[in-house]
Amino acid sequence: MAAGGSLHVLGELAFGLRSGEVAALVGPSGCGKTTLLRIIAGLDRDFEGSVFLPAKGRLGMVFQEPRLLGWRTVEQNVRLAAPRASDTELAGLFEMLELTAHRNHYPGELSLGLARRVALARAFAVNPDLLLLDEPFVSLDAELALRLREELAELVNRRSPMTLLVTHNLDEAIGLADRILFLSPSPARILAEIPVASPRETQAPERTAALRAEIARRLKL
Amino acid sequence: MGWRLISLGLLIGAWYAGSQLAGERLLPGPRAVALALLDEAESGALAFNLGATLARVAAAFVIAMALGSVIGIVMGRSPIANRLGDPWLIVLLNLPALVIIVLAYIWAGLTETAAVGAVALNKLPVATVTVREGARSLDMGLDEMAYVFRMRSWTRMRHIVLPQLAPYLAAAARSGLSLVWKIVLIVELLGRPNGVGFEIGVAFQLFDVTRILAYALAFVAVMLAVETLLVQPLERHIARWRLRPA
Repeated sequence: MAAGGSLHVLGELAFGLRSGEVAALVGPSGCGKTTLLRIIAGLDRDFEGSVFLPAKGRLGMVFQEPRLLGWRTVEQNVRLAAPRASDTELAGLFEMLELTAHRNHYPGELSLGLARRVALARAFAVNPDLLLLDEPFVSLDAELALRLREELAELVNRRSPMTLLVTHNLDEAIGLADRILFLSPSPARILAEIPVASPRETQAPERTAALRAEIARRLKL
Repeated sequence: MGWRLISLGLLIGAWYAGSQLAGERLLPGPRAVALALLDEAESGALAFNLGATLARVAAAFVIAMALGSVIGIVMGRSPIANRLGDPWLIVLLNLPALVIIVLAYIWAGLTETAAVGAVALNKLPVATVTVREGARSLDMGLDEMAYVFRMRSWTRMRHIVLPQLAPYLAAAARSGLSLVWKIVLIVELLGRPNGVGFEIGVAFQLFDVTRILAYALAFVAVMLAVETLLVQPLERHIARWRLRPA
């Protein structure tokens, strides 16, 4: 910590992901969701335990802030992370995320929503084996967040990377994940693991409501 | 452009008035100086001396910028390097230029190496301190992003680190260049057989104020040319992505 003290953010945790599976980490603010993601990405070494990553281990990550290079264009930003991606692949990705018109713009000229899309494009351009998303749609207006969520669902359906999504938006978790892991407040433990049966983003509202009720019930335990 | 010409005109007018008031011996008028300048230009001495001075400026500048920047980056990224190098840096920063020059001439002889080296040593700490600040304020978030996407060292250096350092490098180059201009003249005065500084020294001993002003004028003209044709376009190029409207 900056002031020199130390903080135990995470308690005892253990979970695994299957290939092609999407898991969502849901929990209150400050419970350590971002820290957990950073540990998995290898950015935080100050922990006890082990992290087992898929064999080829290509990592794609979307941070809470877009983290784009302001002095490079949108296209250059994506290409720098994914030098081996083909032109066709990138064109398709840009098209899906509605970025084709902005390929030659600089991040300073983009709105937050567009910048977030570029970050998404960058993470998918590397064709990751493991995709980590840290609250990718936070602070966007509801309509835009929903649209981006649908675009993300489509990308995930096509490419099937193992995905870990951190969010505090339960609808987002239900819409995207195959499994939801609920974390307690700090020091975080896993409170419950709830599978989401239906395919991504095609749930009828009644199903969603039923799932929410079940979650509420399980968490009271 | 019009205002600059007016300003220049006023300057020459004031100069002429000054020379009338103070007497041509102390302050020769514009015409006398212009004639002396033409004289030196015709004989080839002007070109030769300006060339020698410029060559020393270029050499000292390049050495000081290159070494100073590298040391600055290292000290900015490594706390150990910083703790080790900081005392030396402070000493060099505060040691008077004269001391460094004189000791260089004494220990290395009245050679070109000593001359250029002394100038470089004077400018190096300035570059280091500036670039060190830049290295300290690098965005950690981008470093992490580069780590996660497994970017190569060369890519990181070229696309992430250097663009962030660019304004600091520009500032170091700016202040460094003006420093080098001034110290090169002193170094030439003290121990070189040619160059603008040497000529000014000789003219000083002969109380040839016309010659002093002629060389000073030529020197300033060259400096302004370098500024307009080299430094400013470079600065604009570095800052081009900032000029774009959001």
